[in-house]
Amino acid sequence: MVTTFVFVLTAAVMLVAALIAVLKDNLVHAAMGLVVTLFGTAVLFVLLESYFLAVAQVVIYVGAIAILIVFSIMLTRRVGAHWGRQTNATWPWALLTAGVLTVLFALMVRGWDPDAVLPAAAGVPEDITARLGAALVDPNGYVVPFEVASVLLLAALIGAVYVAWGGRKAEKETQG
Amino acid sequence: MVPLSWYLIVAALLFGIGVYGVLARKNAVAILIGLELMFNAVLVNVLAFWRYLQPTGTAGLVFAVVIFAVAAAEVAVGLALFIAVYRRFGSSDVDDINLLKW
Repeated sequence: MVTTFVFVLTAAVMLVAALIAVLKDNLVHAAMGLVVTLFGTAVLFVLLESYFLAVAQVVIYVGAIAILIVFSIMLTRRVGAHWGRQTNATWPWALLTAGVLTVLFALMVRGWDPDAVLPAAAGVPEDITARLGAALVDPNGYVVPFEVASVLLLAALIGAVYVAWGGRKAEKETQG
Repeated sequence: MVPLSWYLIVAALLFGIGVYGVLARKNAVAILIGLELMFNAVLVNVLAFWRYLQPTGTAGLVFAVVIFAVAAAEVAVGLALFIAVYRRFGSSDVDDINLLKW
């Protein structure tokens, strides 16, 4: 009962915040909507009993990605400039596409009746986080995807620094 | 517990809102915000299926962790690109970046 209440409340807040994130012309407000949506996702993760990922969601998404987005909004904007309209000329088509896609998803869910799938009676084991950690470095588990993800992150780190730096010329320009 | 379809519906709505954001927005950073919403919808789906179908296994969690890593890498490179583009064009609206447009 409490779970249902929390779920409905979280889902409502999340969807409103997501609408703010895509509709607001002021991009700083849009980023705040994104932050609320990310927090709502973390709450849903708690309801799904994946506590480690709920914490990771707050640390990685809210703590890092949202801050990065706010920073780049402020870096790529002239001081005192007015926020104009933030939608392009073809937005009705975008609305149509998104609407049709959502309706198709809903029809898919209805046609397949996922409510016949009941939560497994066993429930989530107490030591699931320890098992996840062991599985990530287990040669018979997921060590290869884990290492590939780490190499990807390293490449993204170096690439992001290189691309954003822009070479010596850009550095001289910024220094004046 | 809440039925599985509720999670799927919420994730579908979130994904639809994200698609609208990606297609309709003019500013490149706003497009990334839409992408993040879509990533989150996928994560909710993955973890809901993990909880309802195989909560004793770790496959769903590992999948979610890899999605986290890929999303973080994508945002870092994307924002670096937008800052480089802003330096070159003086704007981060995708309408203004049309060098390859015939």
